[in-house]
Amino acid sequence: MLEAVNLECVRGERRLFRGVGFELAEGTLLEVVGPNGSGKTSLLRMVCGLLAPAAGEILWRGEPIRAAAEEFRGQLAYLGHLNGIKDDLTGVENLVFSETMAGGGATPRAARDALARLGLAGFEDLPTRVLSQGQKRRVALARLAFRERCRLWVLDEPFVALDAAAVRLVADLIANQADSGGIVLLTTHQEVDVPVRTRRTLRLGAA
Amino acid sequence: MGSLDAFRALVRRDLLLALRRRADVLTTLVFFVIVVSLFPLGVGPEMETLRQIAPGVVWVAALLASMLALGRLFSADYADGTLEQMLLAPQPLGLLVAAKVAAHWLVSGLPLVFIAPVLGLQYDLPWDALGVLMASLLVGTPVLGLIGAVGAALTLGLRGGGVLVSLLVLPLYIPVLIFGAGAVDAAAAGTGAAAHLSLLGAFLVVSLFFAPWAAALGLRISLE
Repeated sequence: MLEAVNLECVRGERRLFRGVGFELAEGTLLEVVGPNGSGKTSLLRMVCGLLAPAAGEILWRGEPIRAAAEEFRGQLAYLGHLNGIKDDLTGVENLVFSETMAGGGATPRAARDALARLGLAGFEDLPTRVLSQGQKRRVALARLAFRERCRLWVLDEPFVALDAAAVRLVADLIANQADSGGIVLLTTHQEVDVPVRTRRTLRLGAA
Repeated sequence: MGSLDAFRALVRRDLLLALRRRADVLTTLVFFVIVVSLFPLGVGPEMETLRQIAPGVVWVAALLASMLALGRLFSADYADGTLEQMLLAPQPLGLLVAAKVAAHWLVSGLPLVFIAPVLGLQYDLPWDALGVLMASLLVGTPVLGLIGAVGAALTLGLRGGGVLVSLLVLPLYIPVLIFGAGAVDAAAAGTGAAAHLSLLGAFLVVSLFFAPWAAALGLRISLE
């Protein structure tokens, strides 16, 4: 269970939000919505532990996330605005590396399969430098295929730069994860129908 | 052993990246060679003077070359988001920083150790002094990388970070410079360099122990 209590976010001189709280049971998709600059990315980074909240606390299974940080990070899959892939490495090399870092490991063959499932068959052994924006995003998203064991997915605009087919693929991946007991936090400006059973919405910057 | 696997994977990745962008790596080495080679041309060919300034010149050049390379330590990973992913990996961040510094030293520090004796010949250094020069660089350049990593982590993403990092790091480099150059001086004078080298070794042990964790804390602050 993921719990946020009375979060406040201050960036520079501006307060982006205060008093934000939620409680998410296993198997829930939380969609964070709000206009540009309302603090969606900041909230997601707080949940990951990258950004310390100005006030409030985030609890994972009843414990503050900073208390058992390594264990918490083992449960976490984060996709930010930046893809987190190396331009000079191929898709397969990127995936094998990132999964070794995540502690799960991936064989080159499994990485190849994951990339193929995201429609990158034939592009696995090219340096990602030569791929298009959408294809790079797909390489980054292929990580999720190895992170089903992670009980918390935090996805910041995962659908950016993807075409319709890839959007559907990723939406299914997300729905699958939530329906099988994972918690997914998501921001998106696109109208995407994620076919999930339990969905909640958090609105930022409304007041 | 997940953490050791991650350490190895990170070293291997950084070496592979260095191999694919060789120009970046060669910059440091070429800088070092050029700076050291310019001094005899400027100072003139008196053997006695050259022998005297050699340890200082080589060590100062190594220091500046190491500073020059610092900018590359974290900035590329920061820009493409892989650093963010590293911070979120379930591995001790200090260990990952150590892996990055190790790979960084292998491509930017170790080559200096091997090229230094060739450059030392231009200064007419005796053979045993050349050996000590290599040994002092072998022990000293990792210290420069480790201390530099703390500065690079703290100034990551700042405008004018390059100037700031030199202000932060250069004062901390001074003991390494003194004992590194001192070791070669002592060898050339025939008094034995063991004491200087032991002190350099002590610096290495201390910085190996503390610098990765300090740099890890710096990275967490810089990425907020």
